[in-house]
Amino acid sequence: MSIIQMKNVDLYYDKHHALKNITGEINERSITALIGPSGCGKSTFLRTLNRMNDMIQGVHIEGEILVAEQNIYHADVNVENLRKNIGMVFQQPNPFPKSIYDNVAFGRRIHGMRDRKELDEVVEQSLKAAALWEEVKDILKKPAYGLSGGQQQRLCIARALAVNPQILLMDEPTSALDPISTAKIEELIGELRKQYTIVIVTHNMQQAARISDDTAFFLQGEIIEFDTTEKIFHTPSDQRTEDYIAGRFG
Amino acid sequence: MNEAVLKNARNRSTQNQSQKKTSGIVQKKRMNREDFVVKSILFLCAMVSILTTIGIVAVLLVETLSFFKDVSLLAFLTDTKWTPLFKPEHFGILALLSGSVLITLGASLVALPLGLMTAIYLSEYADDRVRRVIKPILEVLAGIPTIVYGYFALTFVTPLLRVISPDMGVFNALSASIVVGIMILPMVASLSEDAMVSVPKSLRNGAYSLGATRLEVARKVVVPAAFSGIISSFVLAISRAIGETMIVTIAAGATPKLTLNPLESVQTMTAYIVQVSLGDIQHGSIEYKTIFAVGMTLFILTFLINLIAQWLKRRFKEEY
Amino acid sequence: MGQGNWRIRKITDRFAKIAFLCATLFGIAFLGVLLYRIVADGAGWLNWDFFTNFSSRFPAKAGVAAALVGSIWIVLLTGPIAFFLGVGTALYLEEYTKKSWFTRLIQVNIHNLAGVPSIVYGILGLAVFVQGLMLGQAVLAGVFTMSLLVLPIIVVSSQEAIRSVPQHMRNASYALGASKWQTISRVVIPTALPNILTGVILALSRAIGETAPLVVVGALTFVAFVPASPMDPFTVLPIQIFNWTSRPQDDFRAIAAAGIIVLLVVLLTMNLLAVYLRNKYQKRY
Ligand SMILES: Nc1ncnc2c1ncn2[C@@H]1O[C@H](COP(=O)(O)OP(=O)(O)OP(=O)(O)O)[C@@H](O)[C@H]1O
Ligand SMILES: [Mg+2]
Repeated sequence: MSIIQMKNVDLYYDKHHALKNITGEINERSITALIGPSGCGKSTFLRTLNRMNDMIQGVHIEGEILVAEQNIYHADVNVENLRKNIGMVFQQPNPFPKSIYDNVAFGRRIHGMRDRKELDEVVEQSLKAAALWEEVKDILKKPAYGLSGGQQQRLCIARALAVNPQILLMDEPTSALDPISTAKIEELIGELRKQYTIVIVTHNMQQAARISDDTAFFLQGEIIEFDTTEKIFHTPSDQRTEDYIAGRFG
Repeated sequence: MNEAVLKNARNRSTQNQSQKKTSGIVQKKRMNREDFVVKSILFLCAMVSILTTIGIVAVLLVETLSFFKDVSLLAFLTDTKWTPLFKPEHFGILALLSGSVLITLGASLVALPLGLMTAIYLSEYADDRVRRVIKPILEVLAGIPTIVYGYFALTFVTPLLRVISPDMGVFNALSASIVVGIMILPMVASLSEDAMVSVPKSLRNGAYSLGATRLEVARKVVVPAAFSGIISSFVLAISRAIGETMIVTIAAGATPKLTLNPLESVQTMTAYIVQVSLGDIQHGSIEYKTIFAVGMTLFILTFLINLIAQWLKRRFKEEY
Repeated sequence: MGQGNWRIRKITDRFAKIAFLCATLFGIAFLGVLLYRIVADGAGWLNWDFFTNFSSRFPAKAGVAAALVGSIWIVLLTGPIAFFLGVGTALYLEEYTKKSWFTRLIQVNIHNLAGVPSIVYGILGLAVFVQGLMLGQAVLAGVFTMSLLVLPIIVVSSQEAIRSVPQHMRNASYALGASKWQTISRVVIPTALPNILTGVILALSRAIGETAPLVVVGALTFVAFVPASPMDPFTVLPIQIFNWTSRPQDDFRAIAAAGIIVLLVVLLTMNLLAVYLRNKYQKRY
């Protein structure tokens, strides 16, 4: 069952044609991996899904992206609400310079939750969902910067989960982390698949193969091949996909 | 499909009571006035600075024009006496302008060489440890209120100078010049040093590899490369000296005089404005208007000088 | 280049270094003598009465009560006004507009205002606040004048503070569905706040030391009461010091020095506060 459909999406940074005629579907409650060489447009594509590209000057988008069958680029879409429903985790852990608690509660607070008990509940649930609760439950009031890189990234995941999104976008969430933290987060992503639709960018082929259900291979702004991970990694239909996965370029 | 999303959103939102209407992911935009209101308020804040400039120009212009209804522009520019407070009245700005120029010249003679030498020492000779001690001290020197400098000029520098030159009066341009010079010295030093530090290492290394001494590198490489930055620091410091008020009010005296003799008592444009303001002036009287005419002259002068400094700085930025 | 030539160049270099060092030490020595003289002149006059007495015709009975309270009034009212206007302007320039001729105009204008002699602000205050708004020679007229005077400093330092908030923090907030104002008020401003406050404190310490503009605005030189409201006449520390300095009697000079000590201690305290803020909240992101 698809939750996101891209229909002929083109994206330009001023003159630079960064995404070319992107078409495809992303399945609900599955993990979709985006792979491809550096600069091929993976992050750009990810940002079109929650309209974070709106933030960048000079971006121009054509085509349609439907989420739950509605075009998110329609003129009167509530972008804030869209982003609330489509969480994002960035490459570098980027907690706010606030306490662990305030980081997780941030999203709920801006969407109007005031009640202390409710917030406590949300913070605990989210930290548990991000597999961080046991490590931080006694230091919730401490600054988030005291945490290790891996913990910070799980905090950022908790922060994204706290606003109760249905889709989670992750842009190389483990590339700044050591192998142990990476393993923890991969395990966590596996858990999250049960409830969320996850789109994850990764440069790590093993990671893509390990965790994803579907994989899209990007090259110079185009989707070369988009299929089940099984198919992409074992019987790719395009020579370039095969070359890339075999490590012959990129 | 929509139904499915809705349903599972509800299933998961046990912690989600505060959210009244959970609906689909894509929702209609609500009217967003917040952004407009905030932007308008911030825009008004930004307009305050524009209005300040307009206000300064307008205020000076209106009263100055009114001043020139009573006094001819020619007399203002050519008369050599300034005696608006007693008869016979004279309104020759030259008498005040020469005071400002004299003080500024004297201050420059102190501050420019010393400031430049300090900058060279800090950027070419001093090691990091020394720099970390000296720079904050210069910042302290720059942060001392001018009233304090004025006090020091009158009670320490002047008596000291009078030991050397006994027939000099209590109020004289020399003492004020020296102290104004020291007041602007940190500005020259730190801005010139900034310019020198940004000269690329490679330029210096080229000269060192040819066996040049530090002095030669400073003189032939660093100072020429940082030249417009250094000059711009000079110009800014000169503009500060012209606008300086309390030191000259306290130490230079209150006798407007067309002279370039530093041993005499003089009055600057700024000191005149203070002197008139201290008295009881009638709003709308000719004394009241002189404040604006003199203020206008001061404003135009410093504005032009600042323009020159900015022009120099832009040129300096293009170099690397 | 012969041997002898090299030796001469080396010696010249040595001498130049000494000359440059002396030039540097000159400013430092000057500061040392200045501070020493002021403490030597004024310390003897500092006692409790000096803080509670008003100015007087008799040096022994003179004090800084009115001036100190006047200065505090000015700082406490100028602070919030200048903070609001300065941070507002900085936010407008950094967050709310694209670069255009208009923002460039504001920016250039702010740099020019920073170079306008302070006494000119006094003239503006006299014409606009004292006469135009008919505030009279009141605390409020001085406050408005001082707010405009320190505005350029605060705008520039706030802009730097806001610019140093990393973009990824804004992105994190937007990605959670925050609106622009929510992002600015809950992420950008709190993150930049220590640096903004440092700039504001330094600007206010400039305001505390300013004499000329307030003289022009009509602060009094002899005040025997504490201003009870922003509409009252007032004096400030530097003007009180100026008044004592311009009297011929040595004793008044000495209490001027005592007044200067008070002023410098106030300034020192504010600067230490700024340094403390800067160090405590040094960039951790
Ligand atoms: N903000 C921007 N402005 C202009 N061009 C951009 C911008 N961001 C990305 N690009 C360009 O768009 C293309 C795609 O960039 P993108 O960041 O999406 O690649 P990527 O696949 O995520 O690469 P990486 O694996 O290195 O993260 C690149 O050519 C890049 O230079
Ligand atoms: Mg990327």
